[in-house]
Amino acid sequence: MPDTSTWRPRLPPAARLRHDQVRNTDVLLLPERVIVLHGSGRAVLDLADGTRTVDEIIAALAPDPVPDTIRDDVTSFLNKLHTEGGLR
Amino acid sequence: MTAPTPPWALLAELTHACPLRCAYCSNPVELTRRSQELTAGQWADIFRQAAQLGVLHTHLSGGEPLLRQDLEQITRSAADAGLYTQLVTSGVGLSAERLDALVDAGLHSVQLSVQHADARRSDELAGHPAFNAKRQAAALVKERNLPLGINVVLHRHNLDALDALMELAVAWEADRIELANTQFYGWGLLNRAALMPSREQLAAAGQQVEGWRKRLDGTLEITWVIPDYFSGTPKPCMGGWGAVSLTVTPDGTTLPCPAAATLPGLDAPNAIDGSLRWIWEESPAFNAYRGTDWMPDPCRSCERRTEDFGGCRCQAFALTGDAARTDPACSLSSDHAALIDLTRPGTPPPLIPRRPAAAGRLRARTALQVP
Repeated sequence: MPDTSTWRPRLPPAARLRHDQVRNTDVLLLPERVIVLHGSGRAVLDLADGTRTVDEIIAALAPDPVPDTIRDDVTSFLNKLHTEGGLR
Repeated sequence: MTAPTPPWALLAELTHACPLRCAYCSNPVELTRRSQELTAGQWADIFRQAAQLGVLHTHLSGGEPLLRQDLEQITRSAADAGLYTQLVTSGVGLSAERLDALVDAGLHSVQLSVQHADARRSDELAGHPAFNAKRQAAALVKERNLPLGINVVLHRHNLDALDALMELAVAWEADRIELANTQFYGWGLLNRAALMPSREQLAAAGQQVEGWRKRLDGTLEITWVIPDYFSGTPKPCMGGWGAVSLTVTPDGTTLPCPAAATLPGLDAPNAIDGSLRWIWEESPAFNAYRGTDWMPDPCRSCERRTEDFGGCRCQAFALTGDAARTDPACSLSSDHAALIDLTRPGTPPPLIPRRPAAAGRLRARTALQVP
């Protein structure tokens, strides 16, 4: 698991973010895999371009002060995606 | 009847032609001739329809898809339709120029087959001097920053090389490796006795996989597909009949799985004649074993029926002559004991290399000896 204080998440070159019109949802496409994005998943990944730390991504999306639940949700979402090979 | 949920993936078998002669090949024993292959324009229409139906991924496969001179055009039409494209190749014929043209056409990722970690053994199993081309192809893919998957079909003749295959995957900088024990279809079924591993081989390889998983800690994704003849539980074949993906064969025949052409009376539709939506949602072939209504005992009351869907219809047919029987790979099947008999050690016959137009002379006894 990456160190979330210094990690600047970015999508791997192979990944494609797009809207799935048939299922009316956003998806992250990887070789052999589709990750369906719920809630603010797409908004989080749009910010995961390698320039922002996890805290900066959260700050850009959440009200100030950031509620703990949002911080925990986004951090665990990013970590889970990293484990699945969907983020670097 | 409510419409089935949309498919996620399309396996596009662009050609059955292949320079390799792998005895485990899952292509049908009766290979489609090149003169019967769909045109690039017909594939473009299929990709457009597939995307409208909900397909997100397409695997450009074969045979060897690089033998299609118009592969760049085909790839571009798939990418233009919005599909995520993966080339499934032996690596033979993948020059720098060809790969650049494919990347320019929108290719997203490459899956490369490897038969063995040792060059000489790999070439023997492939029936073609292909190993050097594979190594070069892997390097070209990585130079272009494309994700590289390595696919190894495992069997008696390469399972003992599992550690060396993992070392190869690391050295070639693969992003993932699929270690798939042979599924017995097509040529693989014909060669079943020659390919069947021993329980000891499988157990040792499984332990090695676990060791590599720990050592690599997710830096290289490992998929390990155990053979259903040994597991006692049937595989959730294709994620269910007509549930996740569809296969279009070189001549346009459209199937719920690549092996389904072998099922008699299936009346497989062709993508040239009917719309893909009709084929997916309404054709008798795609509805034949969809859901759970078709199931016999003991599947129909089994709590696993929505997990493994009664296993594989093509395997049930190949082994029992009845596609609607419980997959003999299931320990609850009345045919299971006869299947286990096939896994007992014996003297393996020689491998029969795949080749075109040999089907008539190659009728082998592949069905179970059911009393």
